[in-house]
Amino acid sequence: MPEVAVRELTLGEAVREALAEEMRRDSRVCLIGEDVAEAGTPFKVLSGLVEEFGKSRVIDTPISEAGFTGVAVGAAMTGLRPVVDIMFGDFVTLTMDQMVNQAAKVHYMSGGAWKVPMVMRATLGASRRSAAQHSQSLHAWFSHIPGLKVALPSTPYDAKGLMKTAIRDENPVIFFEDKMMFKFKGPVPIEEYTIPFGVADIKREGDDITVVATSSMVQVALGAATMLEEIGIGAEVVDPRTTWPLDEKTLIESAKKTSRVIVVDEGYERYGVTAEIASVIATGAFYDLDAPVKRIGAMHVPVPFSPHLEDATIPSEQQVFEAARAMCKRS
Amino acid sequence: MTTATNQSKTDSGLGTEQLLRMYKQMVSIRLFEEQVNDLYTRALMPGLAHLYIGEEAVAVGICEALNRDDYITSTHRGHGHCLAKGAAADRMFAELLGKEAGYCRGKGGSMHIADPKSGNLGANAIVGGSVGIAAGAAFSAKHFGTKQVAVCFFGEGALGQGLLYEVMNLARLWDLPVIYVCENNMYNEYTHFSETTAGDILARPAAFGIPAESVDGQDVRAVYATAKRLVDQTRSGKGPAFLLCNTYRYRGHHVGDVNREYYRAKLEEQRWMAERDPIKLLADWVTGQKLADKAQLDEIQKQVKSEIDTAVDFATKAAYPGMDQLEEDIYA
Repeated sequence: MPEVAVRELTLGEAVREALAEEMRRDSRVCLIGEDVAEAGTPFKVLSGLVEEFGKSRVIDTPISEAGFTGVAVGAAMTGLRPVVDIMFGDFVTLTMDQMVNQAAKVHYMSGGAWKVPMVMRATLGASRRSAAQHSQSLHAWFSHIPGLKVALPSTPYDAKGLMKTAIRDENPVIFFEDKMMFKFKGPVPIEEYTIPFGVADIKREGDDITVVATSSMVQVALGAATMLEEIGIGAEVVDPRTTWPLDEKTLIESAKKTSRVIVVDEGYERYGVTAEIASVIATGAFYDLDAPVKRIGAMHVPVPFSPHLEDATIPSEQQVFEAARAMCKRS
Repeated sequence: MTTATNQSKTDSGLGTEQLLRMYKQMVSIRLFEEQVNDLYTRALMPGLAHLYIGEEAVAVGICEALNRDDYITSTHRGHGHCLAKGAAADRMFAELLGKEAGYCRGKGGSMHIADPKSGNLGANAIVGGSVGIAAGAAFSAKHFGTKQVAVCFFGEGALGQGLLYEVMNLARLWDLPVIYVCENNMYNEYTHFSETTAGDILARPAAFGIPAESVDGQDVRAVYATAKRLVDQTRSGKGPAFLLCNTYRYRGHHVGDVNREYYRAKLEEQRWMAERDPIKLLADWVTGQKLADKAQLDEIQKQVKSEIDTAVDFATKAAYPGMDQLEEDIYA
C-alpha cells in the first residue's frame, strides 16, 4: 500500500469538504434549503460555504420543504445539480410527492428523455432528546421506491466519498446522515477519492457471526463486536453503505462464511431495512445458515422524549451482544 | 397588481399567417382529441384520456407567445399543451397506444408526455405536481442567464394544492421567470369550482406580489396578446406572472365520463359549444375581417384531418416495446 496522506475529520467536516470540492469542480452544483447560508444549518455542517460560493449557489429558502424540493427537481432536469437540505429527516414527509411521484419517476416515465441529478441531504437517528418529530430514521421509505438511490454513511471517510458520488450521480439520491455523528472523528485522505454506490464495506472481519449494520448502527455493532471478542466470538461487521443499490453479494458471502447473521438498523424494525436485508441473506445463504437471521431495529413506537424511554427504543451494543451470544450458543 | 384585460378590444398585432397557424393548431388539437375519443370508445386505446376539447385557445394562444426552447409543464389534460408546444401527433398517438415509437417509449402514456426538443418538461398526473418543476426550470434559466421562460399550465383544481402557494412565494422572492397559467374550465373533476374555491382567485397570486390577470380563454387572439405581454415582461427580468384563462371543458373529466347531468346541465354545455367555441370564434373573426375565406379554412381542416389520419395509422402500426425494455430507464 502506498503511503496516503490522512488527517482526522469529523463526519460533519467530511460532508462539508465533499460539498465544497464538488462545488469547486462543477459550477452547476448548488445548495438549497432552510438556513443553509450564513447559519450553515443548525448542525453547522455547511458553515463557510456561502462565504466561498456566494448566495447564488448557497440558497436560503422559506420553510417550504415541498416547494424547494420541487424547484430542485425542475432545476436538476434543466441543467443544475442541486443538493437540497432537509434539516431533520422527519421533514422528508413534506417532500414525498416531489421525491416519490416526481423525481423518482421522471426518467422512467419519460422513456429516458429527462433525468433528475439531485441529492437530498437529510438526517436520521434518535437519542438527541428531540421527541417523535425530530428523531426518526425514514430511509426505508426511499429505499422502497424504484428510481431513487439511498446512501447511509457511517464514517467520515464514507461520508465524503459517498457524497461526492451522490453529487456526480445522474439520478435522485437521498443521503442520510446520523445527526448524532456530526462530531464523530475518523481518518480521511487528503487526496481526492470517491466511493461507488452498491459496494458494502467490511468494517471488521470475523468468522463466527456477521453483524450487518447501517449508518448509526455501525458503531453500535463494532462496540458489540469488541464485547464479543472478549468471550471468544469473532464478529464480522458489514456496512452496506447504500440500501439501494444494495451489495447483495458481499452480504451473502459474509453470511456463508460465518453462518449466523444479525441485521441492525435504526429505522423501525417492522417492514424495514432489516427485513429486506434478512430476506436477501435468507434466500442467498439458506443452506449455509445455522440459525434464522436475527433482526434488530427501532421499536415500533413513536420516539418518546423522556431520555430513559427514548434510549430503550433504539438498538444498543448490549442488545446486539446478547443476541450474538445467544445465536452462537455461548453463555 | 390585479388588473383585468378587455379581451374583445385587444389589439393582438397578429398577422394573417400567424392567425391561420393558430387556427390550424386549434383544429389539430380538436381533431386529435376527437380521434382519441374514437380510439377509446372502440377499445383500441388502453387506459383513459382527459380531453382538451373546448380549451384549445388557451394552449395555442400561450404557446404562440413562447419560443421553442422555452419550457412548459403540463397536466393530466395535457395533449393540447404538448401539441401546441410542438410535439408531433404521430409520436403522441404512439404514446397513447403504449407503443415504443411514443414520446416516452410507451412508458408514460396519455398523462406523461414529455419532449425535451420542444421544451416540454412533461405532463403530470398529480394535480399541481409540476408547479415546483416549472419554477425549477425557471430557476435554471435565471441561473444560467438563458432568457428562457417557463410556463406552468394547471387547472383550477390545482388551486387547492398547498405546493402552489409555497412555490409562488419562492418564485416572487427569487424573481423567477415563470408564468402560472390557470385554466379554469369550471370543474374540478366532477365538482363545480365554486364549491371548492374560496375568495377571488386573482387575489391569491396578488398576495405574493405576482402580477395577475384574467383573460377570455375562448378567444385565442386575446390569450395570445395577454400571454405575449406577460412573457415579454417575464423574459425581461420582471419575475413571475399569473394568467387566469376562463374556459370550458366540453367533454367529461375523462373519456369515460359520459353521463354528466348530475354535476352540470346539458344546456350549459350546448351554450358554450354554440356561442363560445374557440375555433368558430376565430373563424368568424378572420372571415369577418376578410383575412381568409371559408374555403381556405375548410382546406386547413381537410389538411389537418389527413395529418391526423396518417398519425393514427403510424401509431396503430407501430410496435409495442419489448419485454427487455421493462426495466430500462429506471435509472439514468
